[in-house]
Amino acid sequence: MSIIHTTKGDMDETLLEKKDGSVDNDNEFTTWVEYWLDGELVHRSAHVTFKKNVFTNTQIGGF
Amino acid sequence: MANTQAMCTSFKVQILNGIHALGTSVVRAGTTPDSFKAALYHTTATIDATATVYTVTGEIVDASYAAGGVDLTGSPDWIAPGSSGTTAFSTPTANIVYTALTETTAFNCVLIYNSTQGNKAVSVHTFGDQTITAGTLTLTMPTNDQTTGLLRIA
Repeated sequence: MSIIHTTKGDMDETLLEKKDGSVDNDNEFTTWVEYWLDGELVHRSAHVTFKKNVFTNTQIGGF
Repeated sequence: MANTQAMCTSFKVQILNGIHALGTSVVRAGTTPDSFKAALYHTTATIDATATVYTVTGEIVDASYAAGGVDLTGSPDWIAPGSSGTTAFSTPTANIVYTALTETTAFNCVLIYNSTQGNKAVSVHTFGDQTITAGTLTLTMPTNDQTTGLLRIA
C-alpha cells in the first residue's frame, strides 16, 4: 500500500486513478505522474532532467 | 611547437571561482562559496539572458511556494569548478526539489541566482510546460562534466 499526498489529504493509492507519462527531447527528459479521484486531479508531480545546459563559447580578440 | 592564441582554460575555471575582477568587484568577507537559490517562472514570463537579478515578475505564486524559490542545498551549492579539455564547468551539488507544491498555472523556467551577491542572476533553464498539484517538482542535475555540466564555458 502506498500513500499519496493529494489535495484531499493523504490517500491510499488504490483509491485513485493513476496516469503517467514522459517527454524525451533534445532539451529534457521529463516524467510525470497524476492521480485522479472521481474525475478530479488531486496530485501531480514531475521530474525534469536537463539535457541541454547553459553553454558559453568564448572568443578572444586579435590585435 | 607553435604558439596558439587562446583564452586560458585555467582562467575560465577561475572566473567560476570569482578569482579575477576585470571591472569593479565586491568586497568579500571570506573565501567561502556563495549561496544560490532557484526560482520558478510562468510560461508567460520573459526570463532570459538579459536577466540581471532575481525578480518576482512572472514568478509563480502560491501559498505552497515561497517567493524567491528554494535554496540550492548542496554544501557547497556547486561542485567545485573544474575543466576538461578547454571547457570549464560546474553543476549544482544536489538536485533542486520543490516539495508539497501546488501551481496549476503552467510554468517552464527556473532562474538560478546568487543570494549572497544581491540576488544576481546566474542562469536560466527552460523545460516543457508543467503544473504541479499537491506534489513534487524535481529538477535533476546532469552529470558534471565538459559536455553536460549545467554551466559550461568553452
